[in-house]
Amino acid sequence: MPEDREFVSRFEQDVLPHLGAAFNLARWILGNEQDAEDMVQEAYLRAYKYFAGYQGGSSRSWLLAIVRNACYTWLQQNKAQLQADDLDEELYSGEGDMLDPEVILQLSNQKDLVHRAIELIPTEFRELIILREMEGLSYKEIALVTSLPIGTVMSRLARGRQYLKDNLLRLGEEDHSHGS
Amino acid sequence: MDHEIVQLLLNAYIDDELDAENSLEIETHLKSCAICSQHHRVLLALKQAAKLPALVYAVPPGLESRLRASTRRANRPKSFLPQLQWRWIAPAALVTILLLLILVVFGRSWFQPSQNALLAQEVQSAHVRSLMANHLTDVTSTDQHTVKPWFDGKLDYSPPVINLASDGFPLIGGRLDYIDNRPVAALIYQRNKHYINVFVWPAGNNTSLALNASTINGYNLIHWSQGGMTFWAVSDVSPQDLQTFVHLLQQNLQ
Repeated sequence: MPEDREFVSRFEQDVLPHLGAAFNLARWILGNEQDAEDMVQEAYLRAYKYFAGYQGGSSRSWLLAIVRNACYTWLQQNKAQLQADDLDEELYSGEGDMLDPEVILQLSNQKDLVHRAIELIPTEFRELIILREMEGLSYKEIALVTSLPIGTVMSRLARGRQYLKDNLLRLGEEDHSHGS
Repeated sequence: MDHEIVQLLLNAYIDDELDAENSLEIETHLKSCAICSQHHRVLLALKQAAKLPALVYAVPPGLESRLRASTRRANRPKSFLPQLQWRWIAPAALVTILLLLILVVFGRSWFQPSQNALLAQEVQSAHVRSLMANHLTDVTSTDQHTVKPWFDGKLDYSPPVINLASDGFPLIGGRLDYIDNRPVAALIYQRNKHYINVFVWPAGNNTSLALNASTINGYNLIHWSQGGMTFWAVSDVSPQDLQTFVHLLQQNLQ
């Protein structure tokens, strides 16, 4: 039993520091607090089951991969359809040629606007924004968490940022016209 | 440099993910290109937006202590069951446990385990568990080049992974499971609406392509060894379908 206590203690030390990242990721993927709590609980137990085989490396990436996969499995089984993953690898089309960065900067400070804009990004692009900007993972770590090649990480992130820009502009306009 | 490519690489550039040589090229390009320079500033603004601290959701109160409690529950040794948990158990659960104990006591005399039979039971249980708790796959992909490397670092061997979609048995993904006290690879296939779990782990140099078939609780199992690995396929598809599947797998693995 002392060995078990030690095992649990080691597990908690390695994993609990990343609870915040795990919950934030699950919450942004699943869209509500209860589901996110359930998924984090399930991922935590799964991580515990696998901990004996954990071979080192970033425990944060390791845990987030488990959380992320749990969320996607759950989404597949519980939602009518996941956003279709067309492997949207098209390069940025440059339609923002005439876009004034100042406009985006103005919108970028409005927390509620940005929040809604991110919510509207399709799931598999949104999760990259979360992992990169909110959790500060490197491309390599994101590749580990998502099982995507690094090139895909970059192109999906670019696409996610494009969605964010479009959503910010659209929501910003809607707000403006409702406000006046 | 092509503008479209620059604008894609600008993402890696603002994330400090570009190597020195490409960074320099980008910087040089930005100095003389107004369009890309503007795009650069737009990306920086988007980055700033997504980094607003208020966007991060806080961990709900109580979650951490619930998680700590959950592993301590999972860890509690079963031998204490009759004594420690007595006062926590409602009468109905008490009766259930008594019945289970009686079943175990008398069940021992009926049950004549052999090594393979024990393994078969474990495999069947693992299969059912994977169907129950939303835990069919850890990595969901039909691409064997995604599923196979996913096991790197999680197992001390690399399982053979093949997609048989063109034969009507698409690969759904992979999962880490536990059989016989060791972590093993589970590969999940689909046949119409049914799932097939294929558990595979290293097992010496025997190759016994002869199929060892059995049925447990209505589930069909087939077991064989090949190429230094031992395989267990389990599913509720018909025995014929499972046999077809196993033959396809054997052929493709040779």
